[in-house]
Amino acid sequence: MSAALLDIDHVSKRFVKRPSLGERIAGLIGAGRNTEIVRAVSDVSLKIRKGEVIGLVGESGCGKSTLGRIVAGIYAPSDGKILFDDKPVAREQGRHTQKLTTRVQMVHQDPFASLDPRMRIGDTVAEGPITHRIVKSRDADSYVADMLGRVGLDPSYRRRFPHQFSGGQRQRIAIARALAMKPDLLVLDEPVASLDVSIQAQVLNLFMDLRQDLDLTAIFISHDLGVVRHVSDRVAIMYLGRIVELAPTAELYAAPNHPYTRALFESVPRVGVGRKNFRPIAGEIPSPLHPPSGCHFHPRCPFAGPRCKREAPPLAAIGPGRFSACHLNTGGTE
Amino acid sequence: MSEPVLRVKDLRTQFHTRAGILKAVDGVSFEVGRGRILGLVGESGSGKSVTGYSILGLIEAPGEVAGGQVLLNGQDLTKLKGEAIRRVRGAQVAMVFQDPMMTLNPVLKIGTQMIAAVRAHDRVSRKVAWTRARDALAKVGIPSPEERLDAYPHQLSGGMRQRVAIAIALLHNPAVIIADEPTTALDVSIQGQILAEVRRLADETGTAFVWVTHDLAVVSSLADDICVMYAGRVVETGAAADVIAAPRHPYTAGLLASVPAEHEPGTRLPQVPGSTPSLANLPPGCAFAPRCFRAGPACTTTPPVQDFGDGRTALCHYPIETDKCQPLSSTSTTYRSAS
Amino acid sequence: MSSSPAISAPAETRWVRLGNFWSDFKQSPVAVAALIVIVSVVLMAVLAPLVAPQDPYNQQTLDLFDARLEPGEVGSGGYVHWLGTDAAGRDVYSAILYGLRTSLIVGVMAGTFALVLGATVGLIAAYYGGRIEAIIMRVIDLQLSLPAILLALVLVAMLGQGLPQLVTALVAAQYAYFARTTHGAASAERRKDYIEAALSTPLPARQVLFRHLLPNALPPLIVVATVQVANSIALEATLSFLGLGLPLTQPSLGSLISNGFQFLLSGRYWISIYPGIALMLTVVAINLVGDQVRHVLNPRRSR
Repeated sequence: MSAALLDIDHVSKRFVKRPSLGERIAGLIGAGRNTEIVRAVSDVSLKIRKGEVIGLVGESGCGKSTLGRIVAGIYAPSDGKILFDDKPVAREQGRHTQKLTTRVQMVHQDPFASLDPRMRIGDTVAEGPITHRIVKSRDADSYVADMLGRVGLDPSYRRRFPHQFSGGQRQRIAIARALAMKPDLLVLDEPVASLDVSIQAQVLNLFMDLRQDLDLTAIFISHDLGVVRHVSDRVAIMYLGRIVELAPTAELYAAPNHPYTRALFESVPRVGVGRKNFRPIAGEIPSPLHPPSGCHFHPRCPFAGPRCKREAPPLAAIGPGRFSACHLNTGGTE
Repeated sequence: MSEPVLRVKDLRTQFHTRAGILKAVDGVSFEVGRGRILGLVGESGSGKSVTGYSILGLIEAPGEVAGGQVLLNGQDLTKLKGEAIRRVRGAQVAMVFQDPMMTLNPVLKIGTQMIAAVRAHDRVSRKVAWTRARDALAKVGIPSPEERLDAYPHQLSGGMRQRVAIAIALLHNPAVIIADEPTTALDVSIQGQILAEVRRLADETGTAFVWVTHDLAVVSSLADDICVMYAGRVVETGAAADVIAAPRHPYTAGLLASVPAEHEPGTRLPQVPGSTPSLANLPPGCAFAPRCFRAGPACTTTPPVQDFGDGRTALCHYPIETDKCQPLSSTSTTYRSAS
Repeated sequence: MSSSPAISAPAETRWVRLGNFWSDFKQSPVAVAALIVIVSVVLMAVLAPLVAPQDPYNQQTLDLFDARLEPGEVGSGGYVHWLGTDAAGRDVYSAILYGLRTSLIVGVMAGTFALVLGATVGLIAAYYGGRIEAIIMRVIDLQLSLPAILLALVLVAMLGQGLPQLVTALVAAQYAYFARTTHGAASAERRKDYIEAALSTPLPARQVLFRHLLPNALPPLIVVATVQVANSIALEATLSFLGLGLPLTQPSLGSLISNGFQFLLSGRYWISIYPGIALMLTVVAINLVGDQVRHVLNPRRSR
């Protein structure tokens, strides 16, 4: 399929934590830890078309941030491959990951951590483009001014340091830094989660404006169902490393299919609904270190049957453009 | 409402810093009745958490409670010092923090800590204390509480730890529990579980809650009453449903209007321009005026408390009088920083 | 914390921050006094040829008749020897000034080289991680478990006398402190989002290391550096006292102390004691200033 700008093909990511020397010694007296393997992302496939915004939703440990970082070239996948414009995004080089493209850029969650505190924001924005010769050093000043203006910041602030800005302004700077690399695909990891409510709307509006002006393709990662609904064309719901449901936004919110999606929608408090009787999902989110067998959701699922414990349901088509990973759609749970 | 258990009157908390005196809490008043949940809502720097800490007398230098009263069943907690306030804290009023590890000691078993917490205020045998600890865990919906008493904090999940922290707060059947963003760090599905438990506990035990949060959605589904704070002042109060349905203060209206879930997807969100002001240089008069779509000439003077009856008030010169929330205009995104 | 009051003052510049640093620093009168001591010691050492009444190592100006004069006596030069003279007729006061020069040069040089070497090693370990980190840090740990004086002694014995040899020995004995501090600070910074952001741009490793990681790992190093300069001075004095430091033609405070040691029991205390006091004052003052700098820079300190 050449129509896809980004092709995530059966991608898995395992993090292996080997015990340190001290822990191995402790192991000799029976107190140490064994090698631990976290399956952060397992066998995820997803194609993203040019100009599309995909929302990635899930709770902690679902692998949405890891998947975002694989797309952004910060991690290389353990299995499977990920092609951006038919070329790999990154390659593994010893213990390190070498990113091969500048056309995928990332915006981090916490703008207080994602900007170098000792670098003037103008230099932060200009550094990447100068290094990659997107702009010449002598033109960098006007380029930075242009980028800052584009995200709604006064260009005269470019000689200031990050600590002189508020959270919302810093997130604009982080977005400007990403845009300055002239990306075709933007990965936004919880870009408004650490901002005040009144500032969130500003940044979301900015994102929607930029998307329109620059014809951006984006992966928008968030735990906030309302935010994702507002900005995405399609939404992927993740649970413990797997995509459990993928659908166009409007259809997903109108009629969620997967029991987890439904339960998630149920337990989200909403403004304007008033005091309600919660029907929260029972049980805890299992540790990705020891995910349950079969369907990862089966211990918490009200519809679970013996089959759910045995085999993991594949992400199967349940309608045009709609996918869900549940045995209920494919012959029952018995 | 019956006689309130907690009544905060004109509370003032200041911090002495290099930038001068910061009025983190500037004349805050509210009351909570038995078994009621008050949502204390605000953004960063609004003074909502400092208010919570002030009630329990947990403000330390360079901060101080500079004025006002905190009346717990008629007794003024701001007058209590040292041992006297410690006797009240944990017994009559308790605190739940955003991070449960503020309450829990990582190297002691849950049971050991809870037994100590029981015996800190009541002279009972270890056996009685153990039973009370187990009952408290069961009360917050923790499965197999006996096993949990034997566990260390790190063996529990974040949600479970927060339940334990709430159970510890409940040990002495306090009149009031102050909860500071207790579900902010938790996942949606776990937050839902805890909100449901807290609602049930308030109804069943009659404990009043002051639920400090930035999340309007949580407040709207959990709280009976709302108290909205901005830059150290209470800007709006009222029954939760009423305030959410028809906010009187432009700030509350702005907050509510900017929640994405209430809008057609993909449309521009109404936004509150500018950013939260630094307490070090607040604008004169109404602190919200520079960001306010209704601001007028009077806003450079301190706004009056407008009383609309039924406990509904707004600190505003030009409160929204209609019963429907007025749409905010989408203002330009370019702005200058507060400095 | 999202709910703490926003206290940051607006539009802070570097000068304002420096001003804040100074106003915090001067909270401790002891540290201010120590700073004054350091500044005067440095000034006196730098200006020694102008301030000292005598060039103590120009044999022509020495007169054996002036040997072992008590403090306050007037020698053949016609001026008062406030701190007395030594066995060769040297003015002890002048000798201390010149000795301070040598001690400070050795201390600062050793401190600087150790900082550069240690910071680079620590930075590389923190940045690359894995096996490289494990090997480097084990070597560092091993070295830190040996007393620095022992290592320096062995090295000086192997390399021989002289300024370059001495500085080499001191650097080898001390870079490990810098390496460990840098490694600790840089490992903490390495995990922060701004490094990840720089890597995902992508920026070349060298640029991330030196433009982002190093500047942010630097503040704790400044504190270690002050203390290590003091340690270098003391270590050098020890080596010189043991006769393994600098040759007598380039005396430092250590060799001066050693020089008067044999007269100590015969009542001519001044030849050893005054250089000793000068050494102690310098080392203590540097440590006091270092402590206060650490206190001020500590981010967890309540404001």
